[in-house]
Amino acid sequence: MIEKQETISITIGELLEKVCRLAGEGYRLVQIGCTRLDSFQVDYTFDKDYRFLNLRVLVPADKAVIPSITGVYWCAFTYENEIHDLFGIEVKNLNIDYAGNFYRIAVEAPFNVSRPGDEEKE
Amino acid sequence: MGKRTVIPFGPQHPVLPEPIHLDLAIEDERVVEAIPSLGFVHRGLELLVEKMDFQEMVFVAERICGICSFMHGLGCSLGIEEIMGIEVPERARYLRTIWSELSRIHSHLLWLGLAADAAGFESLFTHSWRVREKILDIAEETTGGRVIFGACKVGGTRRDIDGETLVRVLGRMKDIEADYRSIAAVFRDDYSMRHRFSGVGVMSREEARELGAVGPTARGSGIARDTRELGYAAYGGLDFEPVIEDAGDCYARCMVRVREVHQSFDLIRQAAAKIPGGPVEVKVKGFPEGEYFSRLEQPRGEVIYYIRGNGTKFLDRFRVRTPTFANIGPMVKMLAGCELADVPVIVLSIDPCISCAER
Repeated sequence: MIEKQETISITIGELLEKVCRLAGEGYRLVQIGCTRLDSFQVDYTFDKDYRFLNLRVLVPADKAVIPSITGVYWCAFTYENEIHDLFGIEVKNLNIDYAGNFYRIAVEAPFNVSRPGDEEKE
Repeated sequence: MGKRTVIPFGPQHPVLPEPIHLDLAIEDERVVEAIPSLGFVHRGLELLVEKMDFQEMVFVAERICGICSFMHGLGCSLGIEEIMGIEVPERARYLRTIWSELSRIHSHLLWLGLAADAAGFESLFTHSWRVREKILDIAEETTGGRVIFGACKVGGTRRDIDGETLVRVLGRMKDIEADYRSIAAVFRDDYSMRHRFSGVGVMSREEARELGAVGPTARGSGIARDTRELGYAAYGGLDFEPVIEDAGDCYARCMVRVREVHQSFDLIRQAAAKIPGGPVEVKVKGFPEGEYFSRLEQPRGEVIYYIRGNGTKFLDRFRVRTPTFANIGPMVKMLAGCELADVPVIVLSIDPCISCAER
């Protein structure tokens, strides 16, 4: 094994407190990634001296709202804008909010919403 | 205070190496704010997990980028191997290291050529790319490919380098390094290069840490972080330390890359001296079930692959966080307050690979 990786599942309500604690301990934000399952799995990945730690939040697909962590990690705005633009998750209190203009892709996004005609394709 | 004007900059612009778009809010000649946007060459490669099986995804990963293609394939393979508990033969680990460092050399030489071009130093640009061609020749001789190597696979490598070829390549590398040394001296000492890059796009150590900078962008600000220290492939058995510079400006980031080319030559020599005999691949049985975040050090910095398998031949998720994406935040911060004429140099200094970011 290359490295030991720890993933901790938390609730949305616990997110900011946990993130604040990690920032205080000197962890850096490595990435935020989203995976579409039945709900959205949002992974907040941190690292300190090559110690890997992942906080996992499950966000209900029908009411997808997460708090922004940009008040703690300024650089999170790129990841949170990406999650908003590509997955349609609303991010509350985002410090730099591009309001859906960060990804200017040719196809319609976010990808999680059903569009008119989707049923016909199926 | 001057009148505020917004200049749309890119995605197609003569000074931009890659298709990123920036809305630059300027007052007189000074940039007040830079608003980036992506998506102009978005390819949706991550979604191909629905159509390609986990072995084919290594080929897809290699096509994320034409510069660090081998390392994308390696990162994908490493993640799947971790999930499946595959022990890759020692010889394959060393081969992966050699090809990774060849990729780093040709990527940095490509960037150095572009940096010389940005400073108006055309002969230095052509010399940098002339040397790069020799590295690509070695890649072609050892893998069969100059851009897409296709040498990495889940369970090892698809190709081997025989002893005779390795000796021949090492001999040629000695000449290439001597050639490179004369180019590196110009980057290090020439007045025009120093004048164009020094004091531009300054980012302190603390800022680089807070902004989440990675790779030479972080190391140019004095952060001694290099994912190769995790010891993936054969790096655990090689002697090296992260190359750092303290000034935090474009010149420091340039110098990190100049010195890392020397380091890569050294790592290839070390790997060639220690490479053991034996097979280069193991048979892969079953399908990946589980998840892993594999990460490694590309020429532009730390890259992360989130791989999630469901026990079938198709993966559930393949997500890539590229170093360029991580360095967009630092770039935006560095652009705020700079002169309009310095924008191309600052953008170039993070070595943006929008092809990677638009995976």
